[in-house]
Amino acid sequence: MNNRNIVLFIGGIVFGFGLALGGMSKPEIVLSFLQLKDFGLILLMGAGTGVAFVAINVVPRFVEKPVLGGEFKPRTRTLSRNTLIGAAIFGVGWGLSGQCPGSALSSLGVGNLPVLLGIAAMFLGAYVMGRFFG
Amino acid sequence: MFPLGVTSYILGGVVIGLAVSFVYILTGQHATQSSLFSSTLSYFSKVPFFNRKTYLESREWRLYFAAGVILGALVYTVTISPDGFWTTSVQWWRLLLGGFLVGFGTRLSSGCTSGHGISGIASLSTTSLYAVITFIVVGVITANLMLMLGVVP
Repeated sequence: MNNRNIVLFIGGIVFGFGLALGGMSKPEIVLSFLQLKDFGLILLMGAGTGVAFVAINVVPRFVEKPVLGGEFKPRTRTLSRNTLIGAAIFGVGWGLSGQCPGSALSSLGVGNLPVLLGIAAMFLGAYVMGRFFG
Repeated sequence: MFPLGVTSYILGGVVIGLAVSFVYILTGQHATQSSLFSSTLSYFSKVPFFNRKTYLESREWRLYFAAGVILGALVYTVTISPDGFWTTSVQWWRLLLGGFLVGFGTRLSSGCTSGHGISGIASLSTTSLYAVITFIVVGVITANLMLMLGVVP
Protein backbone atom coordinates (compact mmCIF):
# COMPACT_ATOMS: atom_id res chain seq x y z
CA MET A 1 0.00 0.00 0.00
CA ASN A 2 1.61 3.26 -1.07
CA ASN A 3 1.18 6.52 0.83
CA ARG A 4 -1.54 7.82 -1.48
CA ASN A 5 -3.65 4.70 -0.99
CA ILE A 6 -3.17 4.89 2.78
CA VAL A 7 -4.40 8.51 2.75
CA LEU A 8 -7.42 7.57 0.64
CA PHE A 9 -8.18 4.60 2.88
CA ILE A 10 -8.05 6.76 6.02
CA GLY A 11 -10.02 9.51 4.27
CA GLY A 12 -12.59 6.88 3.32
CA ILE A 13 -12.90 5.72 6.92
CA VAL A 14 -13.55 9.29 8.07
CA PHE A 15 -15.97 9.91 5.17
CA GLY A 16 -17.91 6.71 5.90
CA PHE A 17 -18.03 7.51 9.61
CA GLY A 18 -19.44 10.95 8.79
CA LEU A 19 -22.06 9.53 6.42
CA ALA A 20 -23.24 7.05 9.05
CA LEU A 21 -23.13 9.66 11.84
CA GLY A 22 -25.24 11.97 9.67
CA GLY A 23 -27.83 9.25 9.05
CA MET A 24 -27.05 8.94 5.33
CA SER A 25 -26.52 5.18 5.52
CA LYS A 26 -30.27 4.90 6.07
CA PRO A 27 -32.25 5.27 2.82
CA GLU A 28 -35.27 6.06 5.01
CA ILE A 29 -33.62 9.28 6.25
CA VAL A 30 -32.62 10.32 2.72
CA LEU A 31 -36.21 9.65 1.59
CA SER A 32 -37.58 11.72 4.46
CA PHE A 33 -35.56 14.63 3.07
CA LEU A 34 -36.81 14.08 -0.47
CA GLN A 35 -40.36 13.79 0.90
CA LEU A 36 -39.73 17.22 2.48
CA LYS A 37 -40.24 15.94 6.03
CA ASP A 38 -36.70 16.40 7.37
CA PHE A 39 -34.29 18.95 5.94
CA GLY A 40 -31.25 17.59 7.78
CA LEU A 41 -29.61 16.40 4.56
CA ILE A 42 -29.23 20.02 3.44
CA LEU A 43 -27.48 20.86 6.72
CA LEU A 44 -25.13 17.92 6.25
CA MET A 45 -24.35 18.86 2.66
CA GLY A 46 -23.89 22.51 3.61
CA ALA A 47 -21.55 21.70 6.49
CA GLY A 48 -19.52 19.28 4.38
CA THR A 49 -19.30 21.75 1.52
CA GLY A 50 -18.31 24.59 3.87
CA VAL A 51 -15.41 22.63 5.34
CA ALA A 52 -14.30 21.40 1.90
CA PHE A 53 -14.53 24.96 0.58
CA VAL A 54 -11.77 26.03 2.97
CA ALA A 55 -9.51 23.16 1.92
CA ILE A 56 -10.05 23.75 -1.79
CA ASN A 57 -10.03 27.55 -1.91
CA VAL A 58 -8.12 28.83 1.11
CA VAL A 59 -5.45 26.23 1.93
CA PRO A 60 -3.78 26.44 -1.54
CA ARG A 61 -3.07 30.14 -0.86
CA PHE A 62 -0.73 29.12 1.93
CA VAL A 63 0.45 25.70 0.80
CA GLU A 64 2.05 25.47 -2.62
CA LYS A 65 1.20 21.89 -3.50
CA PRO A 66 -0.29 18.75 -1.96
CA VAL A 67 1.89 17.15 0.71
CA LEU A 68 2.37 13.98 -1.33
CA GLY A 69 2.99 15.86 -4.59
CA GLY A 70 0.77 16.70 -7.54
CA GLU A 71 -1.13 19.95 -7.77
CA PHE A 72 -4.20 21.63 -6.34
CA LYS A 73 -6.97 21.82 -8.93
CA PRO A 74 -10.57 22.70 -8.05
CA ARG A 75 -13.10 20.15 -9.31
CA THR A 76 -14.61 21.64 -12.45
CA ARG A 77 -16.69 20.00 -15.15
CA THR A 78 -17.99 21.45 -18.40
CA LEU A 79 -21.75 21.83 -18.45
CA SER A 80 -23.35 19.68 -21.12
CA ARG A 81 -26.73 18.17 -21.84
CA ASN A 82 -25.47 14.92 -20.33
CA THR A 83 -24.68 16.65 -17.04
CA LEU A 84 -28.32 17.60 -16.62
CA ILE A 85 -29.93 14.51 -18.17
CA GLY A 86 -27.68 12.32 -16.02
CA ALA A 87 -28.48 14.36 -12.91
CA ALA A 88 -32.21 14.01 -13.64
CA ILE A 89 -31.90 10.22 -14.09
CA PHE A 90 -29.89 10.06 -10.87
CA GLY A 91 -32.66 12.09 -9.22
CA VAL A 92 -35.27 9.52 -10.23
CA GLY A 93 -33.16 6.68 -8.83
CA TRP A 94 -32.43 8.67 -5.68
CA GLY A 95 -36.09 9.48 -5.08
CA LEU A 96 -37.09 5.91 -5.81
CA SER A 97 -34.63 4.24 -3.47
CA GLY A 98 -33.02 6.78 -1.13
CA GLN A 99 -29.61 5.53 -2.24
CA CYS A 100 -26.63 7.35 -3.66
CA PRO A 101 -23.17 5.90 -4.26
CA GLY A 102 -21.48 6.99 -1.02
CA SER A 103 -24.50 6.37 1.18
CA ALA A 104 -24.92 2.88 -0.28
CA LEU A 105 -21.32 1.96 0.57
CA SER A 106 -21.71 3.30 4.10
CA SER A 107 -24.98 1.39 4.40
CA LEU A 108 -23.03 -1.84 3.95
CA GLY A 109 -20.96 -0.82 6.96
CA VAL A 110 -24.02 -0.51 9.18
CA GLY A 111 -24.96 -4.05 8.22
CA ASN A 112 -27.68 -3.23 5.71
CA LEU A 113 -27.04 -6.20 3.44
CA PRO A 114 -30.01 -5.63 1.06
CA VAL A 115 -28.13 -2.58 -0.22
CA LEU A 116 -25.80 -5.02 -1.99
CA LEU A 117 -28.60 -5.31 -4.56
CA GLY A 118 -28.50 -1.55 -5.02
CA ILE A 119 -24.71 -1.45 -5.35
CA ALA A 120 -24.72 -4.29 -7.89
CA ALA A 121 -27.37 -2.40 -9.85
CA MET A 122 -25.25 0.79 -9.70
CA PHE A 123 -22.36 -1.10 -11.31
CA LEU A 124 -24.76 -2.41 -13.97
CA GLY A 125 -26.12 1.09 -14.62
CA ALA A 126 -22.58 2.48 -14.86
CA TYR A 127 -21.70 -0.33 -17.27
CA VAL A 128 -24.67 0.36 -19.54
CA MET A 129 -23.80 4.07 -19.49
CA GLY A 130 -20.14 3.54 -20.40
CA ARG A 131 -20.81 0.76 -22.91
CA PHE A 132 -23.61 2.39 -24.89
CA PHE A 133 -23.46 6.11 -24.08
CA GLY A 134 -19.79 6.67 -23.25
CA MET B 1 -38.28 20.76 9.65
CA PHE B 2 -35.86 18.73 11.77
CA PRO B 3 -37.69 15.90 13.57
CA LEU B 4 -34.38 14.17 14.41
CA GLY B 5 -32.65 17.38 15.52
CA VAL B 6 -29.80 19.08 13.71
CA THR B 7 -26.70 17.96 15.64
CA SER B 8 -25.98 14.63 13.93
CA TYR B 9 -26.50 16.15 10.48
CA ILE B 10 -24.14 19.05 11.09
CA LEU B 11 -21.50 16.88 12.79
CA GLY B 12 -21.78 14.27 10.03
CA GLY B 13 -21.34 16.97 7.39
CA VAL B 14 -18.32 18.45 9.16
CA VAL B 15 -16.70 15.00 9.43
CA ILE B 16 -17.33 14.37 5.70
CA GLY B 17 -15.87 17.80 4.90
CA LEU B 18 -12.79 17.00 7.00
CA ALA B 19 -12.34 13.72 5.11
CA VAL B 20 -12.52 15.50 1.75
CA SER B 21 -10.12 18.19 3.03
CA PHE B 22 -7.64 15.67 4.47
CA VAL B 23 -7.45 13.83 1.15
CA TYR B 24 -7.25 17.03 -0.91
CA ILE B 25 -4.50 18.67 1.13
CA LEU B 26 -2.37 15.53 1.16
CA THR B 27 -2.93 14.26 -2.38
CA GLY B 28 -4.73 16.93 -4.43
CA GLN B 29 -7.39 14.32 -5.23
CA HIS B 30 -11.09 15.01 -4.87
CA ALA B 31 -12.47 12.26 -2.64
CA THR B 32 -15.67 11.59 -4.56
CA GLN B 33 -17.77 8.49 -4.88
CA SER B 34 -19.47 7.62 -8.15
CA SER B 35 -16.37 7.35 -10.38
CA LEU B 36 -15.63 4.15 -8.46
CA PHE B 37 -18.11 2.29 -10.67
CA SER B 38 -16.51 3.31 -13.96
CA SER B 39 -12.94 2.99 -12.72
CA THR B 40 -13.51 -0.47 -11.20
CA LEU B 41 -15.17 -1.68 -14.41
CA SER B 42 -11.83 -1.05 -16.17
CA TYR B 43 -10.49 -4.15 -14.38
CA PHE B 44 -13.10 -6.30 -16.15
CA SER B 45 -14.02 -4.55 -19.40
CA LYS B 46 -12.16 -3.42 -22.50
CA VAL B 47 -14.84 -0.83 -23.28
CA PRO B 48 -12.86 2.38 -24.04
CA PHE B 49 -14.95 4.57 -21.73
CA PHE B 50 -13.80 2.65 -18.64
CA ASN B 51 -10.19 2.60 -19.79
CA ARG B 52 -9.76 6.35 -19.97
CA LYS B 53 -6.58 7.65 -18.39
CA THR B 54 -8.38 9.27 -15.46
CA TYR B 55 -10.05 5.98 -14.48
CA LEU B 56 -6.91 3.87 -14.94
CA GLU B 57 -4.95 6.31 -12.78
CA SER B 58 -7.53 6.43 -10.02
CA ARG B 59 -8.97 2.91 -10.00
CA GLU B 60 -6.66 1.63 -7.28
CA TRP B 61 -7.10 4.44 -4.76
CA ARG B 62 -10.83 4.51 -5.42
CA LEU B 63 -11.06 0.91 -4.19
CA TYR B 64 -9.09 1.79 -1.04
CA PHE B 65 -11.34 4.80 -0.56
CA ALA B 66 -14.53 2.71 -0.97
CA ALA B 67 -13.21 0.07 1.44
CA GLY B 68 -12.54 2.89 3.91
CA VAL B 69 -16.09 4.24 3.56
CA ILE B 70 -17.55 0.82 4.39
CA LEU B 71 -15.15 0.37 7.31
CA GLY B 72 -15.80 3.88 8.64
CA ALA B 73 -19.55 3.23 8.79
CA LEU B 74 -18.82 -0.10 10.50
CA VAL B 75 -16.66 1.69 13.08
CA TYR B 76 -19.51 4.11 13.75
CA THR B 77 -21.96 1.22 14.09
CA VAL B 78 -19.92 -0.69 16.67
CA THR B 79 -18.87 2.40 18.67
CA ILE B 80 -21.20 5.38 19.12
CA SER B 81 -24.24 4.34 17.06
CA PRO B 82 -27.42 4.31 19.18
CA ASP B 83 -28.96 1.66 16.89
CA GLY B 84 -26.21 -0.86 16.19
CA PHE B 85 -26.58 -2.98 13.07
CA TRP B 86 -29.58 -2.03 11.02
CA THR B 87 -31.48 -3.14 7.91
CA THR B 88 -33.59 -1.00 5.59
CA SER B 89 -37.26 -1.62 4.97
CA VAL B 90 -37.11 -0.08 1.49
CA GLN B 91 -38.37 -2.78 -0.89
CA TRP B 92 -35.83 -4.82 -2.90
CA TRP B 93 -37.23 -3.70 -6.25
CA ARG B 94 -36.69 -0.07 -5.33
CA LEU B 95 -33.08 -0.73 -4.32
CA LEU B 96 -32.55 -2.57 -7.60
CA LEU B 97 -34.29 -0.20 -10.02
CA GLY B 98 -33.18 2.91 -8.12
CA GLY B 99 -29.62 1.59 -7.97
CA PHE B 100 -29.53 1.08 -11.72
CA LEU B 101 -30.71 4.63 -12.39
CA VAL B 102 -28.25 6.01 -9.80
CA GLY B 103 -25.36 4.16 -11.47
CA PHE B 104 -26.38 5.23 -14.97
CA GLY B 105 -27.31 8.80 -14.08
CA THR B 106 -24.31 9.67 -11.92
CA ARG B 107 -21.92 8.43 -14.58
CA LEU B 108 -23.70 10.25 -17.40
CA SER B 109 -23.64 13.38 -15.24
CA SER B 110 -20.01 12.82 -14.10
CA GLY B 111 -20.87 13.20 -10.43
CA CYS B 112 -23.20 12.44 -7.56
CA THR B 113 -24.16 13.97 -4.22
CA SER B 114 -20.50 13.83 -3.27
CA GLY B 115 -18.75 14.82 -6.53
CA HIS B 116 -21.19 17.52 -7.65
CA GLY B 117 -22.72 18.11 -4.23
CA ILE B 118 -19.72 18.56 -1.95
CA SER B 119 -16.50 18.74 -3.98
CA GLY B 120 -18.10 20.47 -6.98
CA ILE B 121 -19.93 23.19 -5.12
CA ALA B 122 -16.93 23.68 -2.80
CA SER B 123 -14.92 24.20 -6.01
CA LEU B 124 -17.47 26.90 -7.02
CA SER B 125 -18.39 24.94 -10.15
CA THR B 126 -21.59 26.27 -11.71
CA THR B 127 -21.91 22.98 -13.62
CA SER B 128 -22.11 21.15 -10.32
CA LEU B 129 -24.58 23.68 -8.93
CA TYR B 130 -26.94 23.05 -11.87
CA ALA B 131 -26.50 19.28 -11.46
CA VAL B 132 -27.28 19.45 -7.73
CA ILE B 133 -30.39 21.57 -8.27
CA THR B 134 -31.52 19.12 -10.96
CA PHE B 135 -31.11 15.94 -8.93
CA ILE B 136 -32.66 17.44 -5.81
CA VAL B 137 -35.71 18.76 -7.69
CA VAL B 138 -36.20 15.49 -9.60
CA GLY B 139 -35.54 13.47 -6.43
CA VAL B 140 -38.16 15.44 -4.49
CA ILE B 141 -40.73 15.00 -7.27
CA THR B 142 -40.01 11.26 -7.54
CA ALA B 143 -40.11 10.62 -3.80
CA ASN B 144 -43.41 12.48 -3.46
CA LEU B 145 -44.93 10.63 -6.42
CA MET B 146 -43.98 7.34 -4.74
CA LEU B 147 -45.57 8.58 -1.53
CA MET B 148 -48.77 9.52 -3.35
CA LEU B 149 -48.85 6.07 -4.92
CA GLY B 150 -48.75 4.63 -1.40
CA VAL B 151 -45.23 3.21 -1.66
CA VAL B 152 -43.68 3.47 1.81
CA PRO B 153 -41.21 4.14 3.40
